[in-house]
Amino acid sequence: MSQTPLLLSVDNLATHFFSQEGILEAVDGVSFDIHAGEALGIAGESGCGKSVTAQSILRIVPKNGKIVTGAINLFQNGDSVDLVQLDDRGQQIRQIRGGEIAMVFQEPMAAFSMVYTIGNQITEVIRLHQECSQNEARERAVEMLRRVGMPQPEQTIDAYPFALSGGMRQRAMIAMALSCHPALLIADEPTTAVDVTIQAQVLELMKDLQRDMGMALIVITHDLAVISELCDRVMIMYLGKDVESAPADVIFRDPKHPYTVGLLRSVPELGEGHTQELDPISGSVPSPYRRPTGCPFHPRCPEFIPDVCDVDLPPQIELAGGHRVRCHLYVQD
Amino acid sequence: MAQADAAANNLNAGTDASSPSSSHRQAGVSRASSADNVLEVTDLRKYFPILRGFFRRQVGEVKAVDEVSFHVARGETLALVGESGCGKTTTGRCVMRAIEPSGGSVLFRKRDGEEFDITTLAKQDLRSVQQYMGMIFQDPFSSLNPRLTVLEIIGEPFITRRLITKRRELEEKVAQLLRSVRLDPTYMRRYPHAFSGGQRQRIAIARALALDPDFVVADEPVSALDVSVQAQILSLLKVLQSELHLTYLFITHNLSVVEYLSDRVSVMYVGQIVELGRTESIFSRPRHPYTEALLSAVPVVETGKAGRRRERIILEGDVADPSNVPTGCTFHPRCPYVQDICREEEPQLIDLAGANGSQPHLVRCHFADDLDLQGVGNALQ
Repeated sequence: MSQTPLLLSVDNLATHFFSQEGILEAVDGVSFDIHAGEALGIAGESGCGKSVTAQSILRIVPKNGKIVTGAINLFQNGDSVDLVQLDDRGQQIRQIRGGEIAMVFQEPMAAFSMVYTIGNQITEVIRLHQECSQNEARERAVEMLRRVGMPQPEQTIDAYPFALSGGMRQRAMIAMALSCHPALLIADEPTTAVDVTIQAQVLELMKDLQRDMGMALIVITHDLAVISELCDRVMIMYLGKDVESAPADVIFRDPKHPYTVGLLRSVPELGEGHTQELDPISGSVPSPYRRPTGCPFHPRCPEFIPDVCDVDLPPQIELAGGHRVRCHLYVQD
Repeated sequence: MAQADAAANNLNAGTDASSPSSSHRQAGVSRASSADNVLEVTDLRKYFPILRGFFRRQVGEVKAVDEVSFHVARGETLALVGESGCGKTTTGRCVMRAIEPSGGSVLFRKRDGEEFDITTLAKQDLRSVQQYMGMIFQDPFSSLNPRLTVLEIIGEPFITRRLITKRRELEEKVAQLLRSVRLDPTYMRRYPHAFSGGQRQRIAIARALALDPDFVVADEPVSALDVSVQAQILSLLKVLQSELHLTYLFITHNLSVVEYLSDRVSVMYVGQIVELGRTESIFSRPRHPYTEALLSAVPVVETGKAGRRRERIILEGDVADPSNVPTGCTFHPRCPYVQDICREEEPQLIDLAGANGSQPHLVRCHFADDLDLQGVGNALQ
């Protein structure tokens, strides 16, 4: 896995939100590495901190949130920058956002401005990051739209976002994100808002683009199947913790953490028929303000060990083959 | 119109033909039990006008639902699947007459055999029939009034219909309903915001079941929920169905859910049913290219099990615009097997029951018999 150089290294990241109701530990001690050209999937349910992890990398955490500890090192041209140390409104991070690291959002309607054409918005990104004239930028935008499979890019470039269908809007957003050839693309629920057949198109497109442009990819989603389609590595999060991470083929074949096992068992699988038994995880994700003591998953865990799981936070345990899991079941002493 | 009649005839013929062979689990679905169909929908249409200009002139219409016919037998689950804009939700709403259909008939049969044509009932009568029908919506965050307590939300139908007047009695009834959806009755004085998504959906289910309906329309009941909670709600719906002898019309875009929950499935595309039949037979061997593509588009978790990886069919383009339907077969611009005839002639809904056994299997495709399409499922055959 590690033949390509390291691109991004997130080390013990913690992002907390401060509100009247208390401190919300949205991300609490998450570490992972991404190598150039690699695809990482971050999965988890709502409130697990997967989106905040992405926002922390780009330093676009909402106002009342703050990165309290940790480092996010971006390696480029033999140099490394700790993104946490940058001023979140400074020149340097603004060059990285959209340049080195780009992001695709779940709802393309919300990511585009209504009052400008998509061409206008894409050329704006290009001109912000690259020295070029308006005409050159426009040419590149058309080229990019063609690359993402937009029909008649010369005409659609002058379309307003509301005039495009959901799938086309998603393509336009991918084109905008890729227009400056980022080294890392973060896709936050890229296919949740589109139909199944369109989802298949978008997944195929992202796979192709990732391969052709050699960029690294972080896919954030609750849908493990999407990750299975796209990613080399998977990280499962629960209440701000990275509970398990492993290469994709390992984690889906041999999940270790009871939460991962539960997630995989709780989705009906296509092709398994009417009689398949679902084995849902009991209960629901607790409020992040009332985080359980010890292992955050213990109140829902079928393997709960009294006086261990509810007391101590499980350490991260390295298993063979780059498989890491945070669970007392695998502690050896 | 002639077309529609032909389609309807085909549909009836299909149900007739299947009657003798009733060894299947769903032995009752066809003729013998047509007296026990909860719902018979015939040629249902809903056209929305497109209005333009200052005088709101009508310049066209959106054929959201176009000549849709199906029945739902008592105790079964019929799923309506399709992508956004295919008319599945509109169909569900027309069936409840939550919106006025433009044409067609919806016959509803109560448990005691009394029949009503939903589409022609007067307002007052409609209201009394609607108590036998429940509806569950997609988003439990917007379907529950945030200013009412759970007690008021679930108790409302009893109060507005003057079924229960004593407070004590009402509380008991609500507590019982909450228990039936596996919620703690002591929560009934709380407001919806105090509950998680899954719990809210349970409250919405309790409300839908309040008046002990025969028939429940569930419109994407799990799409807005977290993955681990979806499974809980699906299992609950399955358990409630057998406990309370419910009949479901299940509207969803999620094919894995369809396979898990439904006995029969009706695939819709741009306002029309393109395939209708038993879930196992459609999933193991779809007969319409659109169904095949839908099944193949669903991403699957690669567990390393043999034979899971399939050749993926990626459809070109988007769903057709229902206000400007393509000529011929509505699916032809995206169909990988398209022939000249598809561009010109609209295919009829035909029954393939003779070809594959007993149960009716309706398909709207010129080449339904000739194509050998890929399904999913390994253990089935």
